[in-house]
Amino acid sequence: MAWDWQLFCKETATGEIIAGCFGKGGDQTYLNWILSAWGWTLTVALAALVVALLMGLIMGTLRTLPNSPWLVRLGTAWTELFRNIPLLVQIFLWYFVVPAIFPALNDVPSVILVILALGFFTSARVSEQVRSGIQALPRGQRYAGMAVGFTTPQTYRYVLLPMALRIVIPPLTSESMNIIKNSSVAFAVSIAELTMFARQAGEETSAPVQMYLAVTVLYAISAFTVNRIMRVIEQKTQVPGFVAAGGMGAGH
Amino acid sequence: MGNLDLTFFDWSVIGPFVWKGLIFSLWLTVVATIGGVILGTALALMRLSGKKWLEVPAAAYVNTMRSIPLVMVLLWFFLLIPFAIGRPIGAEMSAVVTFIAFEAAYFSEIVRAGIQSIPRGQIFAGQALGMTYGQNMKLVILPQAFRNMLPVFLTQTIILFQDTSLVYAIGAYDMLKGFETAGKNLGRPVEAYLLAAVVYFFMCYALSWIVKRIQQKVQIIR
Repeated sequence: MAWDWQLFCKETATGEIIAGCFGKGGDQTYLNWILSAWGWTLTVALAALVVALLMGLIMGTLRTLPNSPWLVRLGTAWTELFRNIPLLVQIFLWYFVVPAIFPALNDVPSVILVILALGFFTSARVSEQVRSGIQALPRGQRYAGMAVGFTTPQTYRYVLLPMALRIVIPPLTSESMNIIKNSSVAFAVSIAELTMFARQAGEETSAPVQMYLAVTVLYAISAFTVNRIMRVIEQKTQVPGFVAAGGMGAGH
Repeated sequence: MGNLDLTFFDWSVIGPFVWKGLIFSLWLTVVATIGGVILGTALALMRLSGKKWLEVPAAAYVNTMRSIPLVMVLLWFFLLIPFAIGRPIGAEMSAVVTFIAFEAAYFSEIVRAGIQSIPRGQIFAGQALGMTYGQNMKLVILPQAFRNMLPVFLTQTIILFQDTSLVYAIGAYDMLKGFETAGKNLGRPVEAYLLAAVVYFFMCYALSWIVKRIQQKVQIIR
């Protein structure tokens, strides 16, 4: 079967093939559409990654604090809450349930809600990694901080976190790749990202194989790029003579 | 939308909708775990076999599966299986096949890490006793490897259970769909989604608590 890749040069409404494949004026080809869908996927994933790293770092750190049982409990509760509900259900929670309880959120664009859902979901995994990263440090490090007269925040800022964050880069690399893949779940609330494109364009053009292939390749490229970027960060921040031990982990 | 109507939380009303989906979610989890572990162990053994013609295809399969979102894999299989066998097999069967194929890639990485965690001396010891490759794997390596990877393996199974909700993409009737249908039929979608979240939370929380206990037990043995 010969595959017709000219499909991507078709105008989405009229079905005409446009020279140069990019629609001009108000016209939109499938190529335009898939690129904008890719943009949405990256926007959702990267924004959610920022949320996830921020909240994960805070909650993971809280869970290791000495002498603050309530903050430890807060961090643990956060992690357990967002880790034990499936992502799709969390997206529905943010999209349907939260605005019903807080009517003020009705005007918030659904993309923001999805970013929060994906970000908080991933923050639970990040928090778990950060916590085990801090706990993996020898106990003497904390004592050393105390011995030079550091307060607890200073100990974290100058002694524990700089090493712990380097340890957690490899697991955070896989979380960053996961977040790109997990952003596909946003199709369920009609965000115009790649999976949504694959479903809709596949149906409209009756050529789902080409559409799915293009989308699959874009996902792979995105995840691979993130992987390379994290690899560069890992090498740039490496402390000479210190090699973080890799472990096994579960995840998607 | 107004206030939530909590009287909706009545099992006798929503039970019939949810029960069928819950059974499917659990069944899918169990079948995909068993199938995924068998296929995943085979893939891991291929990758560790030292033979290029076995290593390369296994590595290609695992890396491909791991770089595509599960939702896309579900859509792919739902599209291609009818082509391949010439007749539609329904969303539920399609989901089962997809999950086995997809999870095998993840389980194979867990099994591979587990096998690699066994000191090489153990393999040499088996060889020194004159064991064949198969005997060595079955009697020496795999029993230890499976124990080492038990906690990660169980965590992956919990993630698998959570991921069964993604069969939403191809319209299979799982637990989430059960709650959604109940919510639509009774005109209470918001409460239905909330209840779904609560049920998923308690199931996964209980499972991960059990995993933690097992983890502690395994650690004592080692």
